[in-house]
Amino acid sequence: MTARPKLAVWKFASCDGCQLTLLNCEDELVPLAGEIEIAYFPEATRAVVEGPYDVSLVEGSITTPGDLERIHQVRAVSRRLVTIGACATSGGIQALRNFADVAEFRSVVYAHPEYLSTLDRSTPIAAHVTVDFELRGCPIDRRQLLELLAAELTGRRPRIPTYSVCVECKRRGSVCVMVADGTPCLGPVTQAGCGALCPAFSRGCYGCFGPQDTPNTRSEADRLRALGMGEDQVLRVFRTFNAGSEPFRQESRRHEPQEQPQEQPQEQPQEQEVTS
Amino acid sequence: MTHKLTDGGRVLQVGTLARVEGEGAMRIAFEGGDVADVHLRIYEPPRFYEAFLRGRAHTEPPDITARICGICPVAYQTSACWAIEDACGVVVPEEVRLMRRLLYCGEWIESHALHVFLLHAPDFLGYDGAIEMATDHPDVVELGLRLKKAGNALMELVGGRSVHPVNVRVGGFYRFPAAAELRAFRPELERALADALTAVSVVSGFEFPEFEQPYEYVSLRAETGYPIEVGSVVTSAGTAFPVSEFAERIEERHVPHSNALHARLVGGDAPYAVGPLARYSLNSDRLSAVAREAARDAGLGDTCRNPFRSIVVRAVELVEACHEALRIIDGWTDGTAPSVEVPPRAGEGYGASEAPRGTLFHRYVLDAAGIIRDAQIVPPTSQNQASVEADLRAMAATWSDLDDHALQHRCEHAIRNYDPCISCATHFLDLTVERS
Repeated sequence: MTARPKLAVWKFASCDGCQLTLLNCEDELVPLAGEIEIAYFPEATRAVVEGPYDVSLVEGSITTPGDLERIHQVRAVSRRLVTIGACATSGGIQALRNFADVAEFRSVVYAHPEYLSTLDRSTPIAAHVTVDFELRGCPIDRRQLLELLAAELTGRRPRIPTYSVCVECKRRGSVCVMVADGTPCLGPVTQAGCGALCPAFSRGCYGCFGPQDTPNTRSEADRLRALGMGEDQVLRVFRTFNAGSEPFRQESRRHEPQEQPQEQPQEQPQEQEVTS
Repeated sequence: MTHKLTDGGRVLQVGTLARVEGEGAMRIAFEGGDVADVHLRIYEPPRFYEAFLRGRAHTEPPDITARICGICPVAYQTSACWAIEDACGVVVPEEVRLMRRLLYCGEWIESHALHVFLLHAPDFLGYDGAIEMATDHPDVVELGLRLKKAGNALMELVGGRSVHPVNVRVGGFYRFPAAAELRAFRPELERALADALTAVSVVSGFEFPEFEQPYEYVSLRAETGYPIEVGSVVTSAGTAFPVSEFAERIEERHVPHSNALHARLVGGDAPYAVGPLARYSLNSDRLSAVAREAARDAGLGDTCRNPFRSIVVRAVELVEACHEALRIIDGWTDGTAPSVEVPPRAGEGYGASEAPRGTLFHRYVLDAAGIIRDAQIVPPTSQNQASVEADLRAMAATWSDLDDHALQHRCEHAIRNYDPCISCATHFLDLTVERS
């Protein structure tokens, strides 16, 4: 019998929801453990099998100097590195710090900010190391995770569509909430993957899966304004779990009040540690 | 990992705690035979939720704070909704409260099944994790996975998905599931109730160390029923206060040995504990007959002070959540609006609910346009941190003659008794940084 491929699951700044999605594969978990050796997954087991690992799933964003070093170590022991979820692929909701003064953030939450060691930006994994595949979502979708693992097992590319939520929504047979009800919806600019959940619950999409491959965010913003949203509201809908993704980041900046100090350009070095 | 010190002391250190949600570590230092220092170190990076909630709209906290925790998002959504509605002076209809309770039952089932079977049971049965346990105890693992799946399915039915449900909004829900959809789920829930009863008898057969702690218990208590989605605060010392007083009644302060903020009740010196043991001990009279009988058969009295038995209490709460979900579904009728308008106004609001791990408090200050000016979130794990350390201290002293391997195992087990969610706690705690 050939050795099973070794799987590792790593956590950075995150809510644990994406790695929980692996444990939420209740029907598949035990058979999966027969195909793949779960070699490192501290949330599920104390046992640690030494690397290198065939596939590493990485959850969370990079927010501390220690994690900045750790992600390079993870890359070094991983044959394939796949990021799971909005934190790992775009910096997550904690990337809202990228638009603010992190020193002020620290003093709001912590009585003794000098104990904290944190970076002034939350960045995706791909900003630091080569990433072989990115699985989107806040949280990721269970079916997409299983498709990804199946593809990794057989050495093929996973079938993960990059088109918009609208395609999924039509396929599901839902009535368009934006056209029929005038409900603001980010479906046209957001990548599919959730199964077009929100419109099925009479709600507009709020962008959990980040930008689709050709997002016309400017036109989307015009539509949102026409439906009665103010500039501040348009700014906020683009600035949630995927605020750090380039198309959403740029669109949100277009709606900033003029007097607000501009965010530092993306190109600047990001790894300066906040002095403590 | 253990360091023998030249003076005869030793330091027990676990770098990454396994089978907890989030990233934490443990350090216990002995001097001679005495425990010199106990340290639950939390190195999970901070995400600054309370800071970036400022400037957001009053409609946003359910979606944003759900992202604090992938294991208990409904707790965050529910406490946030109560607090915002309180600030705006809106009382939601009874149907909204019931649907929140139903969704919350799904989260309790999912979260408790995860902890009881996948995270905690391996400690009792002597395995590194549930996958390893599955070879020798396939029935136990399958039982847990089946229950967990039922909890997730209930969350999907009501909330759209189990991690970060999409259907919750300030004022209620975007859409109520139809009574017919809910009734169609009955058979799966009935199976889950039978499984939960089996779970109680399975875990009550585990071996429990003799260990009782005198901490004060804090829990919500509701007007009727077992506290899940709502209630006011009661303590085992006999104090009771409304949720709106939590910020005055609970203080977070420094203790010299750890640098971490520990929650104390104002005027009390001992640590307090929230979670299943506290809930049960303060509300066992409110359990349904079926859950009460299961508790009695499992050998539980009206209160429980052995943290190792928390696994039995969680199993009893699984029974309660399945039974309660069935009761709500059976009483549900179509035809009511899923939400009410919550127009913003300037003010302060408070909300609390019983997350699987204990009481979760939210407080928001809104301006007249509904923009959040201040936010405060006190999660259960930060409240329990002092009790976890007190347990470790007492245990390490009692069992200092155990070899390092056995002692480490037992101490890890003691931490997992609390089902700590470090992802939740971190964003509100000072990090404990060891500078040596």
